[in-house]
Order: sequence, then C-alpha cells, then structure tokens
Amino acid sequence: MKVFIEMFPIALMFGAPIVIAALGGLLSERSGIVNVALEGIMMVGGFTAASVTVLLEPVLPGWAPWIGLLCALFAGMVYSLLHALSSVNFKADQVVSGTALNILAGGFTVYLCQIIFKQQRTRAFSTGLAKITIPGLSNIPIIGPMLFDHVYPTFFVALALVVLVWFVVYKTAFGLRLRSCGEHPQAAASMGINVYRMRYLAVLASGLLAGLAGGVMVLTQDIQYTVTSIHGTGFIALGSLIFGKWNPWGVLGASLFFGFSQALSLYARDIPLMSGLPLEFFHLLPYVLTIGALVLFSNKSVGPRAAGEIYDPGKR
Amino acid sequence: MKRREQRRIVVPLVAVLLGFLVGALVIIVTGRSPAVLFISLIRTLTGMDPSGASDFNPRYVGEFIVQALPIILTGLSVAFAFRTGLFNIGAEGQLMVGSLAAVTVALLVKAPPLVHPLLCLLAAMAAGALWGLIPGYLKARFNVHEVVVSIMMNYTALHFVNWALLQFGSVDRVKTPDFPPTATLKSVFLSSITNGSRLNWGIIPVVLALLFFWFIIEKTTFGYRLRAVGFNKEGARYAGMRVELNIMLSMMIAGAFAGLAGAVITLGTFNFGRVLPAFEGYGMDGIAVALVGANHAGGVLFSGLLFGLLKAAQPLMQSQGIPREISQIIQASIVLFIAMRLGIEMLLSFIGSNIGSKGGSKGRARS
Repeated sequence: MKVFIEMFPIALMFGAPIVIAALGGLLSERSGIVNVALEGIMMVGGFTAASVTVLLEPVLPGWAPWIGLLCALFAGMVYSLLHALSSVNFKADQVVSGTALNILAGGFTVYLCQIIFKQQRTRAFSTGLAKITIPGLSNIPIIGPMLFDHVYPTFFVALALVVLVWFVVYKTAFGLRLRSCGEHPQAAASMGINVYRMRYLAVLASGLLAGLAGGVMVLTQDIQYTVTSIHGTGFIALGSLIFGKWNPWGVLGASLFFGFSQALSLYARDIPLMSGLPLEFFHLLPYVLTIGALVLFSNKSVGPRAAGEIYDPGKR
Repeated sequence: MKRREQRRIVVPLVAVLLGFLVGALVIIVTGRSPAVLFISLIRTLTGMDPSGASDFNPRYVGEFIVQALPIILTGLSVAFAFRTGLFNIGAEGQLMVGSLAAVTVALLVKAPPLVHPLLCLLAAMAAGALWGLIPGYLKARFNVHEVVVSIMMNYTALHFVNWALLQFGSVDRVKTPDFPPTATLKSVFLSSITNGSRLNWGIIPVVLALLFFWFIIEKTTFGYRLRAVGFNKEGARYAGMRVELNIMLSMMIAGAFAGLAGAVITLGTFNFGRVLPAFEGYGMDGIAVALVGANHAGGVLFSGLLFGLLKAAQPLMQSQGIPREISQIIQASIVLFIAMRLGIEMLLSFIGSNIGSKGGSKGRARS
C-alpha cells in the first residue's frame, strides 16, 4: 500500500501528457481527421519547450518553463497546420500525411538542435516545471500524499482540459457540429455546417494540445530534449483514445492506466508478485492492451464513423 | 487513362524535386550552403568528388548500396501491401522480429557455410510473415484497421526484441555475441573492391526479392487476385475471390520482405544482434520508398537507391557543417508532397493551362 501511494504522483506525471495528447487526438478524430502525427507534434512541442526554457532561464528564472509551455502549444498548432492543409484541402491520405509529419519532426527538431546548440540535443535546463504542494489538501490522509503533496501541476491542467473538452464536445452546439462532421460530413454539410472549417479548427486544436503535451512531458520527465524524449507516447495517446472509446472521461481513465503501467516498471522490483517480470513487459503492455481493445470493440461502432475517410461533398 | 498513367510517374518526380527544394531552402535559411548537399550526394553516388578536392573512392559507392539494400526490401514490403489496398506501417516491427530470428538461428543452430545464412534468412522471413499475419488476421477476421494495430505491433516488437536479445548473454547490454563465421553474409571480395566498405552478399536476396515481387504481382493469377482486392474489395468478392484470405496472405508476404531486411542488416552490415533504444526508421523509409516508387518493383528499386543515397551521404554532409538530419527532412517533405498529390496535380494543370494558353495555336494544331 505504501508503495502504491508513493507511486501515484509518478503515475500522474506519466499520465498527464498522455491525457493531453489523447484529448487532441479526440478532437481531431471527432471531426473526422485521423491524426497519427500526435507523436511528431509532441516532438515539436517538446523541442520548443526545452529550447525556450534553456534560452530564457538566465533572464526569467521561474517563468521560463511556463513561457516554454506556451511556445510549445503554439508551435504544435503551427506544425499541425501542415496536416490540416494536406488532409483537408488536398484530400491526402491522412495516415500518409501523419507519417510524413512524424518523420519530419524527428529530423527537423534535431536539425535545429544542431544549429542552435551545436549538438544532437538541446542543452540541459537547470529546472523544469516545479512540483507543488497544496497546503491543507496535502494533509488529508491517503489522498493527500497521492494527489496533492509534491506533485506536478500538469496533472491538474490535464484534468481541467478533460472537463473542458467534455463540455465543448458534448454540451455545446459547436461540439454537436464537430461530432456530426466525424460521423456523416455530407449530412452535416446539408445542414449548413462548413465541414472544412470545422475540420481545420479541430486539427489545429489537436496540434495545440499535442504540442502542450510534448512540452509537459519534456519539462517534467526529462532534463533536455533528445530525439528519444517522446519515445512513443504519442502512439500510447492514440491507444488510450481507442481504449477510452473516443470519450474524454474514458480517455482520462485509459491514460491514467497507461501512466500506471509505466510507473509500475520503476517500482516492480519492490512489489513481490512483479519482481520477476522484465522491465520490457511494462513497456509493451500499453501497446498489447490497445490491440486487445481494438479487437473487443471491433463489432460495436464506437469510433467516429467517417474518421480517416476523404471528404467528398458529392457522396451520399 | 493514359493521362493517369503519366501522372503516376510525374507526381512522385515533382514531389522529389519539391522535397529537395525544401531541403535546399532549409539549408539556406540556416546559413549553410546547399552546394555541400549536392556535392555530397554526387560523391556518394559516384565515389568521385566534383569539387576535385579528393580522389576517387569506391567506398562511398559501397556504403551507398549498403544503405539502399534494407530500404528496398522494406519498400517492397509496404508496396506489396499497398497493392492489396493495405497500409503496412508495421514494416519496422516485422524487420525487428526478422532480425531477432536471424540472430537466434545464427547463434543457436550449427550449419555449414552457405546453408547457415540461408537458414537465417528463411527464419527471418518466417518471423516477419508471422508478425505481419497478426494485423492481417485481425483485419480479415474483425475488420480492425491494420494501421493502428501495426503501429502498436512496432512498439511491441521493439521492447520484446530488446528483451529477447539480452537473453543471449551480452557484455554491454548493447549487442549480442558475434556470429560464428558460417552465418555471416559479409564478403571479403565485395568489401575489397569497394575499398573496405561494408558491402556484402545481402545484394543477392534483395535482387531475388525484387524479381519475386515483380513476378508475383505482374505475372501470376495470385498477384492479379491481390490487386483486384486492392482495387475493389466488394468487386473481388463478387467475382468469387476470397478477400479475407488474400488480405492475410498479402500481409504475410509483406512481413516476409521486411523480415528479410532485418536479416540482411544483421548478417551483412553487422555481425551481431543489436539492442536498440529506439526505431532506426527502416519501416518509415519503406513507406517513402513505396510511395515514390509507385508500388512497382522497378520504381521501388530506383526510389530505394535514391533514399539510400540520401542516407549514405549523411556523414559527408555532417563533416561539412550541414546537420545529417537534412536527409530526414528531405525524405519527410517528399512523402508529405506525395500525400498532397491533389495539390501537385492542381499545380501541374495550372502550369499546363498557362503554357497552353500562351502557345495556344501551336498546342491546338498538334492535337
């Protein structure tokens, strides 16, 4: 039990970027655009956040990581414009376009590292995001040390975003229009909805969130940006989107679960039943589970029906 | 119809040109000289230095072919699945399990020379085929999208293979013990004629794979069925073809190509299994190769050589102050431009109609 409580803040640290990126994927897929570029956008976000933090640190200590995050979210949004342009305007295969962005992100960020920092990675920043302790709440037994004592504020950001995305997608007219574009864009268009505009907005929002997620990840789990900083988290986010059945609360649950499986890999040695398992087992768990979830959900239509389809206004 | 055939070749070519243009622009914007890029490419391709600063060195040519070999195979893998209407984004993972199988047979099985590498190659193809069969089966049986499954299979392969390789005993947790001399594809002869490059007998399986691809797709009824499923699934079903079976077979063969690539790298370029912290990107290269090669054996050969050239020129560029990642940037831009096919077609017809209206009378007279 003690190990479990100790593990909790770490699981939240791993879970936060997964939640945020998966919410980005949710908005994009709900509008009908598959976004396998989450990984690449996270790389761009992570690189931007780390670089800005390193460069601003001497001038604005304390504020630098937050400005870094802000720049990360902006950079992610700009980068996702490429995906919007190719998949909305030019009717590209969304998986090919996303794959191109993933390759490009790895090349471009390290290229810029070499130009700016003269090495394969950014310089190390001295402090990333600071952990916080919420006075009062942290004294509650059990829950206090789990959620409020020396935790990164990023998890609360993620939680707020879950509520926000849920509200926008399910409780507003905008959300209804967004979902209709992902289910049956021709029907949506017949009701006067501008499908192109909705999809643009959704892809940009997903870029913004994935960029933020990348920044959060590097500033809480790393000391610098390297090409392996994101190491598949964008794809785990894609997995938790599927596992969470394209629903914000489901996404939250799935992401936390995957966050836990990563935290477990650090603590497995101390847990009697798990000490014999190899580390790699925990690393591949999220991926295997996602495949299982896909098979389980396969005959129920849980995902947006038109996701990945090229929009043809003349089709019925 | 003829116009469409032309477009099939013209669009990738324009995309390649635009990709190099983006690369040159990036180099200029970051204050370097794009001449270095092109000189490095020519030197890697021919072994000769166009600037005249150094002598002819065939090692560059050898290393260029070494880089092209595996990505021609992953290109064939992706292209084969594309022909059946499937997107094999999983070549990366299939390659890794293929390389694990090759390592296993190389280290644990005792066999005479010639037979031993053959066994390794076959084992690698079988492992890759198995890894490809999983998304193929899930697609055929449950209609689960092969892309997401394959992505997850890639990461599963990465972690599983790393774990398995360490079971062979390793001094540094980075590589397995060296293979016995019977297993290797390394060639003293090929290496000596290219001034000590890593060029190896991996060339032979690659050439055979290219011929096999061409023969199966273009010359057999089996290939015809696969293409029919790719063109129109329901049409093929109506014609009495077993769509599900063809999907599974197609993914298996695609996986076998990628598995073979893993063996060629492991037995030819290196002589030991390697534990990797992240993907090396051969599968992603394969997607680029297949797209530029328009999913034909000949096209895959050429575009595999093109992207192999870009990879092999990296050290030369890096030594002259251009970050090696420029190759990746150019490659990704090319893929992105091909994805934006419609944009290129719009651009082409815009240019075409402008030229057409200027020289209108001439054009009309000819038609």
